[in-house]
Amino acid sequence: MSSPSTTVDLAEEFMERRTPLQRIQGILHKYPYLSPLIVLLVCVVVFYLLNDRFLLPQNLSFVTQQTVVVGTLAIAQTLVILTAGIDLSIGAAATLAQMMMANLAVFATASNVLPFAGQNPYLAIVAGIGVGVLTGVVNGLLIVRLNLPPFIVTLGTLSIFTALTLIFFKARTIQNKEMPDPMKWLGNTFHIGDFQLLYGVVVMIIMYAVFGYILKNTAWGLHVYAVGDDPNAAELSGISTKRVIFSVYVVSGLIIGIAAWLTIGRVGSASPNPDPLLNLDTITAVVIGGTSLFGGRGTLLGTLIGALIITVVQNGLSLAGLDQAYRVLAVGILVIAAVAIDQWIRKVKA
Amino acid sequence: MTAATTVTPVVQGIDLVKTFGRVVALDGMNFELYSGEVLAVVGDNGAGKSTLIKCFSGAQSPDAGEMFINGEHAEFKSTSEARRHGVETVFQTLAVSPALDIASNLYLGREVRKPGFVGKVFRTLDKKRMRSESSAHLKNLGISTLQNITQAVETLSGGQRQAVAVARAAAFGSQVIILDEPTAALGVNESARVLKMIQDLRDRGLSVILISHNMPQVFEVANRIHVARLGKRAAVVTPQTASMNDVVAIMTGAMTVPEEEQQLAPAP
Repeated sequence: MSSPSTTVDLAEEFMERRTPLQRIQGILHKYPYLSPLIVLLVCVVVFYLLNDRFLLPQNLSFVTQQTVVVGTLAIAQTLVILTAGIDLSIGAAATLAQMMMANLAVFATASNVLPFAGQNPYLAIVAGIGVGVLTGVVNGLLIVRLNLPPFIVTLGTLSIFTALTLIFFKARTIQNKEMPDPMKWLGNTFHIGDFQLLYGVVVMIIMYAVFGYILKNTAWGLHVYAVGDDPNAAELSGISTKRVIFSVYVVSGLIIGIAAWLTIGRVGSASPNPDPLLNLDTITAVVIGGTSLFGGRGTLLGTLIGALIITVVQNGLSLAGLDQAYRVLAVGILVIAAVAIDQWIRKVKA
Repeated sequence: MTAATTVTPVVQGIDLVKTFGRVVALDGMNFELYSGEVLAVVGDNGAGKSTLIKCFSGAQSPDAGEMFINGEHAEFKSTSEARRHGVETVFQTLAVSPALDIASNLYLGREVRKPGFVGKVFRTLDKKRMRSESSAHLKNLGISTLQNITQAVETLSGGQRQAVAVARAAAFGSQVIILDEPTAALGVNESARVLKMIQDLRDRGLSVILISHNMPQVFEVANRIHVARLGKRAAVVTPQTASMNDVVAIMTGAMTVPEEEQQLAPAP
């Protein structure tokens, strides 16, 4: 019927031709933060239509302030999930670090296990961040040395860190008026026009930029992806997977320590009882943000968008006068949708 | 053969032993690879082929016995140590990272940083250089079907992935390239291309160890054929001195070759 050359042409043309759906799949594969970005924009438009106060500078400033704790902890969670791990102890670790900071800085009479309390507040901040790093070292060592799954290890340390907080620092909340100023420094704000920006928000954005750069432009960053993607291939390629995984938990401990300081600034006081939703909210932000729970793919930009989606939905619903139960509902649907999209994107063909 | 001792083998293994629990994978295996040859390693399942090459590529270390690279005693604790000695391996699983792009995969584990301050302090990778050099390496091997070096490896076909893995080994291997079943998952055309690559590598002066089940391919490219059986070296023959049936007979133990009729070193 036709000469061999034309059949090849036809075959090539057939290979080139992709359905619109495949094209979308390809684009989402290349830019995994696109779908959360679309969700965020849709949310913003819908909530603006429900109540036009939503887009007022004061309210938007409030949204950024509400995002800061989950947003910062979600950086640590992203690093861990990229290696195909998970950190369930993240909220408990942050609380432990935060209580260490607050108790060291204040003359904590209730805390009889800390004879060295009442220290210089700067020293207290450094010590608190050190405790954050230490929690990462503990998680990392247990995972790498004992070869235990991260889920089990951090489920255990979740309880351990929570218990240590209560044992060391009792159930005493350090009040705002007791707290020395350097501890609350990140809770200060400055104005850009009508926007009120928290120092803590600036710190969070800087951290996103720094870790975004590290993930994309350093060998360590590539190795984090490679280890999560296929640990055997990474090992055979000459990467020490255990070293990479351990370092990820230590770095995430550092981020948790900084987040603890941020939390004191944002809240003004330090309570030994963490927000029970904090752990799940960080995981939700990461997953909604397009990072795969199976490791190896995702971006920090997506996580930031994911964290914003959580607070935008929360804030928008309350402005619209709707029950917060709808927030829980919306987040649940988004998580399932995000994982479904991830599974679909993985099947992309050239 | 006593004449063989005059030339130093590129890769040598003496009395290698490796056990996994009660399974004896290598039971006193001897092995010699000489410069500029393609040595095929064949054997039945469980003959110790894969374990043997994993010892040379650093993925496993032998329980007993000694390994030499260019006559120097070598002990590899990781694949990176073997790579530093110029031994590169294309594993059967390919060991590529699906979500990373082609250039990142070529340089995985030995990334190049930018020169000067930026590379030293900020540890910034020189992506531009890695990409352009990756394209050059792929072109060297005659692989032109990969249009975009920034494409994720998971979007490539099986043959293209194989090409990436071979290109990685060829780009960095200075002495020896080990290929474990490189054509097992490939079609006829893609297999032919890989065999051509193997011959090109030999022409560039590299030594190649080829593990394969495919006898016609082995007889097409190999200079010598190392037949493994039950963790030992059963014989070394050449495509000229033995037929495919002979090799199969040696593999299964139906035939033995007296040592003076074997080709323990390439003909001078």
